[in-house]
Amino acid sequence: MLQLIARRILETIPVLVLVATITFFMMKAVPGGPLDTEKNIPQEIKVQIEAFYGLDQPLWKQYASYMGNLLRGDLGPSFKHANRSVNELIAAALPVSLELGGLALCIALLVGIPLGIAAAVRQNTWIDYLASTTAMAGICLPTFVMGPLLVLVFALHFEQFNASGWDFARDRVLPALTLGLVYAGYIARLTRGGMLEVLNQDFIRTARAKGASEIRVVFRHALRGGLLPVVSFLGPGIAGILTGSFVIETIFNIPGLGRHFVTSVFNRDATLTIGTALFYAALVVALNLAADIAQAMLNPKQRAN
Amino acid sequence: MPVTAIASPALAADAVEPGRSLWQDAWARLRRNRMAVIGGVVLIVLTALSLFGPLFLAYSYEEQNLALGAAPPSAAHLLGTDKLGRDQLARLLFGGRVSLLVGLAATSVSLTIGVLWGSIAGYAGGKLDAVMMRIVDILYALPFTIFVILLMTVFGRNFVLLFVAIGAVEWLTMARIVRGQVLALKRQEFIEAAVALGLRKRRIVLRHVVPNVLGPVMVYTTLTIPAVMLLEAFLSFLGLGVQPPMSSWGLLIKEGAEQMEEAPWLLIYPAAVFAATLFSLNFLGDGLRDALDVRASKD
Amino acid sequence: MRYKTNRCSIRVLAFAALAGLALVAGCSKPPTRVGEGDRLQILHRGSSSDPQELDPHIVQGVPEHNILQALIENLVTEDPTDLRPVPGQAERWDISPDGTTYTFHLRAGIRWSNGDPVTAHDFVRSYRRALTPSLGCEYAYMYFVMKGAEDYYKGKTQDFSSVGAQALDERTLRITLNGPVPYFLSLLNHYSWWPVHLPTIARYGDPYQRNNRWTRPGNFVGNGPFVLARWDVGHVIVVKKNPLYWNAASVKLNEIHFHPIESADTEERSFRSGQLHVTEQVPQSKISVYRRDSPQLLRIDPYLGAYFYRINTTRPQFRDKRVRQALAMAIDRKTIVENITRGGQLPAYYFTPPDTVGYTSRSAIRYDPEGARQLLARAGYPGGKGFPPFDILYNTSESHKSIAEAIQQMWKRELGIDVRLLNQEWKVYLDTEKRKDYDVSRAGWIGDYADPSTFLETFLADSGNNRTGWANAEYDRLLKEASRLGDRQTRYELFQKAEAIFLDEMPVIPIYHYTRVYLLRPEVRGWNATILDHHPYPYVWLAPRPETSLATASAAAQRP
Repeated sequence: MLQLIARRILETIPVLVLVATITFFMMKAVPGGPLDTEKNIPQEIKVQIEAFYGLDQPLWKQYASYMGNLLRGDLGPSFKHANRSVNELIAAALPVSLELGGLALCIALLVGIPLGIAAAVRQNTWIDYLASTTAMAGICLPTFVMGPLLVLVFALHFEQFNASGWDFARDRVLPALTLGLVYAGYIARLTRGGMLEVLNQDFIRTARAKGASEIRVVFRHALRGGLLPVVSFLGPGIAGILTGSFVIETIFNIPGLGRHFVTSVFNRDATLTIGTALFYAALVVALNLAADIAQAMLNPKQRAN
Repeated sequence: MPVTAIASPALAADAVEPGRSLWQDAWARLRRNRMAVIGGVVLIVLTALSLFGPLFLAYSYEEQNLALGAAPPSAAHLLGTDKLGRDQLARLLFGGRVSLLVGLAATSVSLTIGVLWGSIAGYAGGKLDAVMMRIVDILYALPFTIFVILLMTVFGRNFVLLFVAIGAVEWLTMARIVRGQVLALKRQEFIEAAVALGLRKRRIVLRHVVPNVLGPVMVYTTLTIPAVMLLEAFLSFLGLGVQPPMSSWGLLIKEGAEQMEEAPWLLIYPAAVFAATLFSLNFLGDGLRDALDVRASKD
Repeated sequence: MRYKTNRCSIRVLAFAALAGLALVAGCSKPPTRVGEGDRLQILHRGSSSDPQELDPHIVQGVPEHNILQALIENLVTEDPTDLRPVPGQAERWDISPDGTTYTFHLRAGIRWSNGDPVTAHDFVRSYRRALTPSLGCEYAYMYFVMKGAEDYYKGKTQDFSSVGAQALDERTLRITLNGPVPYFLSLLNHYSWWPVHLPTIARYGDPYQRNNRWTRPGNFVGNGPFVLARWDVGHVIVVKKNPLYWNAASVKLNEIHFHPIESADTEERSFRSGQLHVTEQVPQSKISVYRRDSPQLLRIDPYLGAYFYRINTTRPQFRDKRVRQALAMAIDRKTIVENITRGGQLPAYYFTPPDTVGYTSRSAIRYDPEGARQLLARAGYPGGKGFPPFDILYNTSESHKSIAEAIQQMWKRELGIDVRLLNQEWKVYLDTEKRKDYDVSRAGWIGDYADPSTFLETFLADSGNNRTGWANAEYDRLLKEASRLGDRQTRYELFQKAEAIFLDEMPVIPIYHYTRVYLLRPEVRGWNATILDHHPYPYVWLAPRPETSLATASAAAQRP
């Protein structure tokens, strides 16, 4: 186990370096720069600003200096938010995304897993159809439909919530619901599929034949195997939820990390783009490691290796 | 009772009920699954409507009628018009072509690459597995938005690019899931038997591993197609996807969501059709999964 | 056994759902932000994006201006109804007879927010900072009307005393210009000219370089009616009343909260749910809805801006001005503003918006498809035959696309010319336009200050904002002469001549003049329509009213 973790951490370093490098060069390859604006900036001023940010250096030099700073943990200054560093921006946005993501994840798991189990255990009955339909509805409705719909009904019609913002406790409800219900749908579907796979196996039939109660069969024997596809999905899935969703943050005006992912690219804010990409990469690797460990624990045969 | 052609007289005496292959078996089971059949029929109808429907319509998807603006359904425009006076029915059917094509193509790409990648990584294990999965991690972390913008500036506004971009992202999760399944499968007896028999690795992967991971893969594919279509809608939300006057269901839903209150017909119909498609795919996928599950004790 | 458990769990679920719904529907409404704001005199304003910076010598956008005008005051400030320059930090000024020398007399007792007195030296030091090349002040050229400013900026001299800004004593500032500039006082209302407190800036780093932390809340020192209390990126910016402001007694607002909301739909929903007093924009599809149902909430103010198409005059088919005129005359502008933009915009038959400080162009183009066809034929393309197809370039946006599509159809129908639409993401579009790699490109221009020269000078031959490849010596000469003259009448006559040339040559096709469309709650007072969309905060206040939701307010307004 420890060996697995150590090895993964070692493998992560080249991953992060490559992510930073590829993103860096992609940003340079795309036309348009952070200083391109509708009102022309006179050439001599542009020269000054570029000198300040080091954009006038040859490409390899810019890359080397960026990587050098990176090794010291300095993600550089943001171009768009002119007096903040990328570290500061991520540090400010992260807690918000974690909170939103955490709540959404709870909702997704608490709604999705039971729904999936119910559907699998009562396969092809009306319970299955109802559960599967509900799950599909969550998947089908894009967040940019569900979000405004929830706002229209609960914030504007019933006037119980604010339409946007992140100031009060009740501001968390609608965005977390929107994000959570979508993931709940996916998790329900995957749980159902995984459980069905397991429930048709011989050892389940044996357990039933031996007179084990349904609850015992489902929860004690089937669940571990049944949750395997969910665990695989949750690795990157959690990374996605935790970094917030651009759409949710735009609809509810939440100052999270998700917005930075997308707007930094549109603003050609290279340092912020790379910073967020690196953060996301580190998160994905960590969560995949956790998922692999969980999988190993759920699958006794793999653990034997 | 169907009788197959007999190759030689010597075997005539041994003519018995012909065996059924796995696929024929599966097909029969699928046909019996009512919901799956309904799903399949709905899909075929929608595809046919999208492909041939626009030919029979009075309006084209791009004809504007500025004075009319967004009008509710009427005799002239069965599903209403959008704010530039374009016929929604035409846009919906034409959009179906785009969405179905994008969904199909991107999913095929992601399925092929993902299943192969995940199977090989999972089965091979060790260093190869580590390298392959780290490559997946790297590609996963790269910002999708800039990748799309880059593609669009290099190749122009060609919506074939959409497939490339979306397919290039979706195969990653598929590979992960397949790898997980393969890891679980690897220690099962029949695989160990195949190894003991000395079968070549490639044969084991292709003939034994892949067919057995098809179950969860099928289910995940029925999740991938909506994800692909939604990703296309997300690109439309950002302004990077299909550009008007061309339409896609994702774009129509996005436009409808923005005008939910004043022109609900702009949201209801595309959303309903989108949902119907995804539901059908879902039931079909479930049916396929059940049909292909060799251990299902249904017959 | 099994079925009983089922029914049980279903019942539990149903009960929970109903209970939740009842809870939601039956709960009393939580207090709204604007309700609280009305009581405490806190204004909630929507902003389209987070400010890039809050240093007046570095920024160049509109959201930044809206915040800065609460924090810093210049020698003059604006009249709230017509933006006419009125005394600010200076209580009076003398102008020399030839119009080149302005002597400002600062008020007694004016202070920075940290208690330091505001002196004439502060202004001189600020000007020096803005003109220091290493800072990269993008609007440095606004200073070039001042004697010696351009030379200092371009490095021809290192001695700032050669520049025409002198502190005669602590309370007297003398500014010497190159020639008479009749709109100089209006120019002072542009933030590039605003003063900063140099000792504070020096405390947090090099005052002549960017990335200085002095603009953080707690560090910021200004002389305006408010001070910076909070700046959470992407969330909110809060400014609080400055007790040391010289006119604090007449400032009624206690705080202003700026909420950067990028999505127009989100902003509109927030307005409806009582979170904003005033929005920055209105989603296009909702303009007619508000016009119909709640016109008292909708504001459509004339704005100093123009929407037009640039023509790349270096392309062979566009070299002939008859072609350009034909393209302009074949566009039905009325249909566009009535059916597409629907925001009360004015069709533009000349470039400078009408009544720009009393200037309205006498030359104009007409909508004349037949005349356009004749011109096109005389230029060698009868019926559009042989005209090479070209692209209309625009940045990704529904409205640009709709307008481009409409114009595409008009040109096809009236002139027989085939046009394609090319849309690019914003930065790519800017890059393409700058490199003149386009045929026809959608563009917009907003005036920086209240004078027609801010429009016409855009198309001087050496202007970085020209980007059409068009140059006309007589046009340049007329504008340069106008910039040297003091008399408004004479200047405006020169502008008329210049605009006549401009419309004859048609390097751009004016399409419509902007309006500012936004939502405003009825309790906001002192928020006047002004052409630069400036609303000086000391004159803004919130009239207390009973707490009602907008829904009931609209319904009440509609009852006979």
